[in-house]
Amino acid sequence: MASTEIVRIERLMTLATGDEKHDESARSTLDVLWVLYDCILRYDTENPRSQERDRFVLSKGHGPEALYAILADKGFFSISALKTFMGWESILGSHPDRNQVPGVEASTGSLGHGLSMAVGMALALRIKKSDRRVFALIGDGECNEGSIWEAILLAGNRQLSTLTCITINNHSSSLDFGDLAAKFAAFGWVATTINGRDHDQIYEALSRRDSTRPSAIVAEIK
Amino acid sequence: MAYDERLVVVLAEISNSLFNKNTSEFAERILNLGIMEQTMVSVAAGIAMEGLIPVVHSITPFLVERPFEQIKDDFCYQQLAGNFISTGASYDYSREGMTHHGSGDVQILRSLPGMQIVVPGTPGEFDALFREAYANGSPTYYRLAVKSNPVEYPVHFAELAVVKQGKQATVIAVGPMLASVLTAVEDMDVTVLYCTTVAPFDGGTLRAASQSSNVIIVEPYYEGVLVPDICAAMKQTPIRVETIGIPHKVLTHYGKPEQHDDALGFTPGGIRFRIERFLND
Repeated sequence: MASTEIVRIERLMTLATGDEKHDESARSTLDVLWVLYDCILRYDTENPRSQERDRFVLSKGHGPEALYAILADKGFFSISALKTFMGWESILGSHPDRNQVPGVEASTGSLGHGLSMAVGMALALRIKKSDRRVFALIGDGECNEGSIWEAILLAGNRQLSTLTCITINNHSSSLDFGDLAAKFAAFGWVATTINGRDHDQIYEALSRRDSTRPSAIVAEIK
Repeated sequence: MAYDERLVVVLAEISNSLFNKNTSEFAERILNLGIMEQTMVSVAAGIAMEGLIPVVHSITPFLVERPFEQIKDDFCYQQLAGNFISTGASYDYSREGMTHHGSGDVQILRSLPGMQIVVPGTPGEFDALFREAYANGSPTYYRLAVKSNPVEYPVHFAELAVVKQGKQATVIAVGPMLASVLTAVEDMDVTVLYCTTVAPFDGGTLRAASQSSNVIIVEPYYEGVLVPDICAAMKQTPIRVETIGIPHKVLTHYGKPEQHDDALGFTPGGIRFRIERFLND
């Protein structure tokens, strides 16, 4: 079932890029984003800023073709918009813009900003007594940025249990992190490592939520 | 905090102790994040996305220069509302040296599209200007200084106030420079305009009030920030412009702020000398 859907999303990505050689930054996020949008996130495509929605931030900003394809597939905007990817009149740039793309929560592109913005959303939702979940997707390369570790320290310290951070570990970082999940755990997160292509593992990890700690999922991409 | 329940204070340790007396009532809306200024600004952006109004505060270089990219990307590019309140203007933290100086804040913030910049001259003026601007939908920087004018003016956001009118020159005094300027030009036939909002700049009042082609700006930060706005406002009129502000150089002394003022000629006497030299040139 999942493979059929992934093939469909990949075709949509091809509409955007013009060929089937999708860059690794986009392909590595594809399975996690599909399971997230198909099974986990609550959203209303007719009212993308509904207060009842869960929030998702593509922190790394890079390789948004997979996100755009899934947003179009789910009905946030027309599939034909994908063909305009990075064009002059397009709403779809190579980094997402919250003011142009329905369904995009935060404009990202400069690494190390999105997770902190997601922490801010989770803190604001706590003030508003909302139990909506906040998801952020970061890359292992993005983990080189100091601000990522500021945000990880802060979220653990604040016990932001509504926050889930997915790290796509496609080993793009020049620096070796060793056990990334252990590092999240050391900062007070519930952390697990999964196969980032296995939809059952992705679903199980995204479904779990601790009562007091933020959740970290390290999605390994081989 | 009681005035508007959307307000959320976001701190990075600086001034946290000042809020202790309020923590019982407003604790959930006073967030001290620890010493992480980049994340402080991004977190504030996330808070703004949820419809709350963040008030972010720290010492000038750590509020403006360290997280400059976060202010640019997360607030200005995303067109989010937020308030940034500094402490320690220019060399107020003179004993700490240049890592704690903030003379370049207005200059770099002026480069950001949509950024509003407020430079009040007294605590009361800050209060009035904040109430006018804090929820107007744009990111706004409030530059607070130790130096304060002895007289409070009825100021309004994005408006120049006409303090005095004359024919020989137009002198624009920014924020806490007004008292020194008024002393410097006491017996001179000049117009004095009081500027407490640097961006957006009130070019209309400058055009209407100017009776001379000589325009002198007295700014409490690196000199010359307002020149492009003045040129744009006066583009139909040939003008001469003199800029008086903090000189663009590395300051190696410590001591008191007043000692820096004396050394740089940033006193009523020094300002008068510069104005007279310009007018007689």
